[in-house]
Amino acid sequence: MYLYLPIAEMSVNALIILGMGGAVGFLSGLFGVGGGFLMTPILILMGITPPVAVATEANQIVAASVSGVIAHWRRGNVDVKMGIVLVVGGVVGSAFGVWLFTILREIGQLDLVVRLAFVVFLGIIAALMLIESIRAMTRNPRRTPPKRHHHYWVHGLPFKMRFRRSRLYISVLLPLSVGFLVGILAAIMGVGGGFVMVPAMIYLLGMPTSVVAGTSLFQIAFVTANVTFMQAVTNQTVDVVLAMLLVVGAVIGAQFGARAGTRLRAVYFRGLLALLVLAVGGKLAFDLIVTPVDFYSLGTVLRVE
Amino acid sequence: MRRLAGIVAITASLGWAPMVAGQELAVDLSEEGVAITTGFSGANLLLFGATQGEGDVVVVVRGPTQSQLVRRKENVAGVWVNRKGVTFYNVPAFYTVAASRPLDTILTDLQRLDYQIGADKLTLVPEGGLAPDPQANTFRDALVRIKMREKLYSETVESVKFVGERLFRTQIRFPANVPVGSYAVHVFLVDDGTVTKAQTTVLEVRKVGFEARVYDFAHRYSAVYGILAIVLAVVAGWLGSVFFRRG
Repeated sequence: MYLYLPIAEMSVNALIILGMGGAVGFLSGLFGVGGGFLMTPILILMGITPPVAVATEANQIVAASVSGVIAHWRRGNVDVKMGIVLVVGGVVGSAFGVWLFTILREIGQLDLVVRLAFVVFLGIIAALMLIESIRAMTRNPRRTPPKRHHHYWVHGLPFKMRFRRSRLYISVLLPLSVGFLVGILAAIMGVGGGFVMVPAMIYLLGMPTSVVAGTSLFQIAFVTANVTFMQAVTNQTVDVVLAMLLVVGAVIGAQFGARAGTRLRAVYFRGLLALLVLAVGGKLAFDLIVTPVDFYSLGTVLRVE
Repeated sequence: MRRLAGIVAITASLGWAPMVAGQELAVDLSEEGVAITTGFSGANLLLFGATQGEGDVVVVVRGPTQSQLVRRKENVAGVWVNRKGVTFYNVPAFYTVAASRPLDTILTDLQRLDYQIGADKLTLVPEGGLAPDPQANTFRDALVRIKMREKLYSETVESVKFVGERLFRTQIRFPANVPVGSYAVHVFLVDDGTVTKAQTTVLEVRKVGFEARVYDFAHRYSAVYGILAIVLAVVAGWLGSVFFRRG
């Protein structure tokens, strides 16, 4: 079933896109991870141009994070005050990111930067996941959980604010800069940025793990919505048809993933996910360093003087 | 997927070769245009015609003219990076040639240049004018090569078939990635190495229906489009969470 994507301006097999959305949704339901860091590079490898892949994936993540944040909201696992501070940082960061995105696109280096960013982040994620799954499989029950409330230099920063839900009294600059950084990633890579934000919230901000997932999804929902809007206005690269296909696939996939997660021992699958992440990142890295078939490529003239 | 239906007479006719008595050329297309619809995966158009004179027939289809940037990659610290770029003006977005016999056996090089017949004879003007930079030629060749690889430029010889002595026909293939815009179909009657009669027909390639509306909306009302994209996603996400609760 071929479908012509109006913004990507290419003909794709709708069933393949639905299936991919489903597969990535299944993984995100199974492991509780966002799918952006897998979906965007897969779209790029499929031949969808990085500008369209990044902007469209941001649109898809809006849907995924909204359904996630609703579930966490019902259980009261969202620190709204912290979330708002993270959103403020994220909106500024993503605005900066979209600006950077447009400039990179004009000078013809966007594809390279997006691909490089994915190689670096996918490499780090895969390495961390492999270590974690090996550790979990070898089972060391006496491993002491990391202590929160360490006192680093960051706790000497000014503008302290109280976050009751997280039981924290920290400088507002910390969550602002975390949000800012994640906002840039969202704009340039078309990811939610949970893989950066969640560890930062736990280890840097010292938030209790119970509110981390809900609060990060809260931030992701607003920031990816901002990215969608800004990309639509500045670059016109959001393909709603593609986004909706991915959303439908992901929603169904996530349901099965979440159910499978209650039955399967996710530890072993985490190792497989790490290998998958490694494979996608490896393919992107390979394409960057292997001598190209053709040294020349066509670019769009964005500004005609 | 979309096949041809209906035969529409072509009224537009614009020849620039001098009329030679007794060498009439009549051409018709199986459809007046190409419509890109939801299920579009390329289209074939049938061109047919009749000639009263002797000679070969060459059909050239040219897409809308645009500026095209060509970039060259260089190895920087192990990674291939886009470095030098050359912009060409007056580049046809789409270009295809069909002929009844190999071009170099029926036309002189000069005639091919004059009438822009053959991808290797296309005059593409780089920024700064023609040939100030000897490197521009390698960029020009790269442009044609990539366009050929993307099936946007093509040359097919012996694809114009004669039925008897007077009637001829050929099939024009438009790939799925065909650019939208105004196309010109030039039909040349060739005899003794020169073009004796030329005729031009206009052809529209456009998006129709849902695709056209989405694309148009995204570019004309991009802010509203962005907001609608967000609303759609939020509703889809909310519906998803309703599903989750029940399941």
